[in-house]
Amino acid sequence: MSRKLTINILEYDPQDPSDRPKIVSFKMDETPSLSFYLVLKYIKEHLEPDLAYDVVCRAGICGSCAMIINGTPRLACKTLTNNFKETEFTLAPLAGFALIKDLSVNTGIWMKGMNKRVEAWVHQNTPMDISKIERKIDPDAADEVFELDRCIECGICVASCGTKLMREDFVGAVGLMKVARFRADPHDIRSDEEFYELIGDDNGIFGCMSLMGCEDNCPKELPLQNKIAYLRKKMVELG
Amino acid sequence: MKIIYTDALIIGGGLAGLRSAIAAKKKGLDTVLISMVPVRRSHSAAAQGGMQASLGNGKMSEGDNEDVHFSDTVKGSDWGCDQEVARMFVQTAPKAIRELAHWGVPWTRIRAGERTAIINTKKTIIKEDAHNEGLIQSRDFGGTKKWRTCYTADATGHTMLYAVANEANRLNVYMTHRKEAVSLITKDDQCCGAVVRDLITGKLGAYIAKGTMIATGGYGRIFKVSTNAVICKGTGAAIALETGIARLGNMEAIQFHPTPLFPSGILLTEGCRGDGGVLRDKDGYRFMPDYEPDKKDLASRDVVSRRMMEHIAKGKGVKSPYGEHLWLDISILGREHIEKNLRDVADISKTFAGIDPATGWMPVLPMQHYSMGGIRVKPNGESPTLKGLFCAGEAACWDLHGFNRLGGNSVSEAVVAGMIIGESFAEYCLGANITIDTDLINQKLQEQQTYLESLLKLNGTQSIFAIKTKMQEIMSAKVGIFRNAKDLQSAVDELQELYRECKNITIKNKKLHGNVELDDAYRVPRMIKIALCAAVGALQRCESRGAHTRTDYPKRDDANFLNRTLTYWKHPDDPLPTVEYEELDVMKMEIAPGFRGYGDKDNIIEHPGAAKRAEEITRITDELTAKHADRFTIQNALMPYELSPKYKAKNQRVGVGYE
Repeated sequence: MSRKLTINILEYDPQDPSDRPKIVSFKMDETPSLSFYLVLKYIKEHLEPDLAYDVVCRAGICGSCAMIINGTPRLACKTLTNNFKETEFTLAPLAGFALIKDLSVNTGIWMKGMNKRVEAWVHQNTPMDISKIERKIDPDAADEVFELDRCIECGICVASCGTKLMREDFVGAVGLMKVARFRADPHDIRSDEEFYELIGDDNGIFGCMSLMGCEDNCPKELPLQNKIAYLRKKMVELG
Repeated sequence: MKIIYTDALIIGGGLAGLRSAIAAKKKGLDTVLISMVPVRRSHSAAAQGGMQASLGNGKMSEGDNEDVHFSDTVKGSDWGCDQEVARMFVQTAPKAIRELAHWGVPWTRIRAGERTAIINTKKTIIKEDAHNEGLIQSRDFGGTKKWRTCYTADATGHTMLYAVANEANRLNVYMTHRKEAVSLITKDDQCCGAVVRDLITGKLGAYIAKGTMIATGGYGRIFKVSTNAVICKGTGAAIALETGIARLGNMEAIQFHPTPLFPSGILLTEGCRGDGGVLRDKDGYRFMPDYEPDKKDLASRDVVSRRMMEHIAKGKGVKSPYGEHLWLDISILGREHIEKNLRDVADISKTFAGIDPATGWMPVLPMQHYSMGGIRVKPNGESPTLKGLFCAGEAACWDLHGFNRLGGNSVSEAVVAGMIIGESFAEYCLGANITIDTDLINQKLQEQQTYLESLLKLNGTQSIFAIKTKMQEIMSAKVGIFRNAKDLQSAVDELQELYRECKNITIKNKKLHGNVELDDAYRVPRMIKIALCAAVGALQRCESRGAHTRTDYPKRDDANFLNRTLTYWKHPDDPLPTVEYEELDVMKMEIAPGFRGYGDKDNIIEHPGAAKRAEEITRITDELTAKHADRFTIQNALMPYELSPKYKAKNQRVGVGYE
């Protein structure tokens, strides 16, 4: 016997002046390996044809489908109903981002601003000849950069962040991780002083209160707190 | 409705679109890139295992160069590719990977000394030279003679996409997302831009540009089960098709990957087998060596997928509530290797199948994975029939892959095409002039607005979602791995019927914004047109080549089908696409058609010119070799090709320099 699920969804269209936020309930049967992406697809195709939510890869690698599931920010595609004892779920849009409609939020525009703010690109001053053998990189350094480059900008760390609640312009764990990533990259010539200019304030590295919500919920299991603490130590040394 | 004027319009923000935008911006062009999703969410991010480029750094890739990569690619394509394009590609790929390294892709690097690898299920010691430590490492992939696939664990597409997006940010490329091109604006067989819909507000705008590029990826989502992201609907190719001018090439050439996770269809990289994993049947027996004694589990994807289905048909599949599947075993690689190099695979397997691949086997079944077909373009990336329309990456039929793409050549093509085609596109935009009346632009905008409003007024009995599902079921059941005339004809008939049904729908929400049902109401008819091009092309191609397998025509028929299928929609009211063929010139090929080295032997109906060309190739090669000519001279004598000097420059390699 499959379980009967109750799915409550916070629906709201901010572009429609006559609309008000409301919770709408749906019933469905649980199937094996049922992800919340499949739940939403089922509801859209059978029960609520204009339900808005974001999904692209449905495999946990693109970061589109972050939302609040029973109070915790998670990727809908990687979260399976059968991992819960509960049969009733409440889905809400990811906090901290502009709402588009229902469960769809504009993480993209936020991430774009964050990437520009921390100048998330390799800074270098040597032109390269792409016909020539590439520069050698220490294998451990390459692995370290890869580890930090795995972030998929899903926004879950931002939605899990206590500082972000108090400081609207906090750059988030994602922004600090970007700095850690480029700081570790042997191709990037920026000095710690230059990184300090980007994040050396309370909206940056000194805003983090180490509540660890980001690391608890990160779907890529990135070592956020460890890296943020190390970065803070390095930045304090300059201050 | 807004009108935006720019020099270069790029539709699609994956690797090909982003790299092209960089090329355009570097030429000083006003460049606009629009994307349905934030660019870093593009499907390029899903590429796992790696990127082929003949760097030849590691022990197992010693002796690799452009010639070997070229030969692998041509054989992989089952002689369906454009060999000049393949040459342009292999020559530029090493430069692409080095450029990406410079932009920060943390390629896995060579470590000096001994390491253990699993080759043919046996532990093998590989020793890397100390002086190569720190250079870019590569792994094994299917259908290749050397270990050529460079990687960042199994998140290669992700790191590549982010690096290229970062570079685009550095150059301040204007990128805007949640924008969908819904129609191309053409005037006198010239493309002048696109009508674009804002997916948040639902409002239309016109982007008028000297040159327009489509880089919107493949059309995998016309199938029921696909590894593709849900945005890979082929609607970029469809708006080109709807111009009635642009041609689509080889739409029936569709790849089925051997090892998506069953039943969800989430990809498990070819790197699983490249690193030493093997396929097993219900008895735990490793069956691939029986079918393919030489390449075994690492024959090309089309071959492995067919062998798997053949083996299941013999009663060797594993039964499950969702149907039959086979096993992919990477447990023999050991936990340490899996957690370092196949980490996302392990994550996917644990999350979606509840299996730890270090101790258990993963259920797999071949499913749709890649679209070799797309908008037909010349080697410079421009449509031969619609001036000013360019296309790059999976959306294009450039035609690098012919009827089967090699693993690791997709992200590689995306970036390389972004470099080569991006540059020719930028040069075109620098020199182009367009003259277009505001009246005409407003008319094109109004046509689309009226169309969208008319969809909201439909009062039928069907759901557009149900129609989409039906189309996907037809394609998977009748235009899948094994095809025959009867099924294909019935697919064509049913798809036509389904297309008509798209007018018999009702959309519940009557708003023009925030209405996903409306989105599908205009996308699904376009998807069905793409599906029809694939089904009609498959029906009329009475042979088996690469991934296109006709059980009623099992041989590759070079005598009649050494050509490229071109489909286009002549008049909007036509029920079916018009089909034409473009001959491949055997006498210009650098490698004459022959046996691929895997798959069935003696399965070719020869082209009358093939033997003659093969003799000519041997004669020219022998004569030049006798004169001590180098490989570049011989190559140029066999098949000269054009490429901008910075990309045609010789590639330096360890041990051999520029030889």
